[in-house]
Amino acid sequence: MTDTSSIRGDGQTWVAPLNGALRRVPVWPLYVIGAAWGGWLFWLAATGGLGVEPIEALEHRYGQLSLQLLVAGLAVTPLRKLLGINLMKFRRAIGVLTFFFLLAHFLVWAVLDVQTASAIWADILKRPYVTIGMAGFLMLIPLGLTSNNWSVRKLGGAAWRKLHKLVYPAAVLGALHFVWLAKGFQIEPLIYLGIIVGLLAIRFWPALGFGRR
Amino acid sequence: MAYRYNSDLTRDDVTPREVYLNRRQIMMGSGAMLGAGLIGGAAHAQAVAQTGGAWDLTLNSLEEITTYNNFYEFGTGKDDPARYARALTTAPWEIVIDGMVDNPGTYSFDQIMEGMTVEERIYRLRCVERWSMVVPWNGFELADLLNRVGVQEGAQYVAFETAMRPEEMPGLAYPIIDWPYREGLRLDEAMHPLTILATGIYGEAMPNQNGAPIRLVVPWKYGYKSIKSIVRITLTDEQPRTAWNTYSTQEYGFYSNVNPNRDHPRWSQAEERRIGGGLFASRIPTLMFNGYEDEVASLYAGMDLNEFH
Ligand code: HEM
Repeated sequence: MTDTSSIRGDGQTWVAPLNGALRRVPVWPLYVIGAAWGGWLFWLAATGGLGVEPIEALEHRYGQLSLQLLVAGLAVTPLRKLLGINLMKFRRAIGVLTFFFLLAHFLVWAVLDVQTASAIWADILKRPYVTIGMAGFLMLIPLGLTSNNWSVRKLGGAAWRKLHKLVYPAAVLGALHFVWLAKGFQIEPLIYLGIIVGLLAIRFWPALGFGRR
Repeated sequence: MAYRYNSDLTRDDVTPREVYLNRRQIMMGSGAMLGAGLIGGAAHAQAVAQTGGAWDLTLNSLEEITTYNNFYEFGTGKDDPARYARALTTAPWEIVIDGMVDNPGTYSFDQIMEGMTVEERIYRLRCVERWSMVVPWNGFELADLLNRVGVQEGAQYVAFETAMRPEEMPGLAYPIIDWPYREGLRLDEAMHPLTILATGIYGEAMPNQNGAPIRLVVPWKYGYKSIKSIVRITLTDEQPRTAWNTYSTQEYGFYSNVNPNRDHPRWSQAEERRIGGGLFASRIPTLMFNGYEDEVASLYAGMDLNEFH
């Protein structure tokens, strides 16, 4: 995992202390904060704290968090390669929380928003922005299920890494989903799409010289 | 000609005003916040269900009406208008009335109001995004104004334009649609007694985020037809360009009549959610012409409402 030869920025004076500090930060609080944050948003929605249309507000908040966490997860490797900042040990937590908020996003949509099974099905099939969101979500399900040491051992590192490459198309689909559902010409979804495409380009475009990972 | 339309319900029949203005405060004030929130939502949802879904005319509270708005000139977030619209200068206000009229000119707000009878109209408002509200508007019939300025022979449409003031409207910095916001009606739609120019809500001056000082309300059409903060009214013999129709002809038709049988290309229009039901509100079936079928269906006799959507 840590093949230091390709890491840039080692010479920078602030990177080593930062990485040192990061090494001392435990990972488990991320799970606690993430779960508590999800629950807190739900509580706010149920008590009027998210405005007068809490279903839509909650759906949007969970959707935004999912997308932001996807971006964070995709940024881990480029940050390490470009700046030498090592967030590797947090990556699984970021991934698991992405999946957690996405599941919440989906459940709010299915249970609170659309409500009936036939309409859920119809929307998935008929509404392109829901279809691609769903495709992204389905791709992330095996990733969520295999984000544990047992699965990594069982699958073997190579197969596991291959499987988890599904996060790339899933992230693009998630961003496209956001672009597609916006009314009018809106900047914000395009910024997310741009960042995600940029992060993937850093990985896959050898000409950028960052190597493949 | 005022008072040409009457729904049988008045505000007092439905719910005492204090209760509706304060519902949320009552909810939030009680000790068990969550419990109260759920019960408040459930009570509203139940009221909606009991009295027949979308037919229900239980008023939305002033808070609901003024904190959940689409007014993209102030931003695309539902709470942006409540946050930023106070910057809008609404007095003095002038409306240019031009085109095929006998008395074109620039009219001040007071001149417009001269001789108009302001009455209360309790209407459903159905947004194309599948949410709805019931709003007690105060306003006068557009027909009264049009008759006063004198519609000329041959005029067939009325075009409207919203104020475009970049220094007061931060949303204009983004090309979300081709500004200024424009809307239009066929003349017979404009002259229909249900069509009003509204200047207030709950007996108070129109809040800025709802389109102060004067806006259109056409209750049988999707909300975006009811253009806000109007600065120009033009009588013409050509179907006018409208904001959302220009953005996407396929998604937003010129007529934009509420129609549960014709889906928006990106979502179904068969159902809607009444604002105020909380986190566990049910969806309710959307009514043809938003429940004003008896009043307006004849305007479209013989027309294919799928083609002319
Ligand atoms: C990779 C997967 C996904 C990501 C990253 C994602 C992200 C988002 C984001 C950022 C928003 C917009 C929030 C806002 O406007 O503030 C959103 C809205 C929404 N998403 Fe997703 N989503 C995903 C999957 C899904 C799935 C699986 C469904 C349902 C099957 C879904 C249904 C919706 C709906 C209905 C909306 C709201 C649309 C509206 O308000 O008009 N999404 N999502």
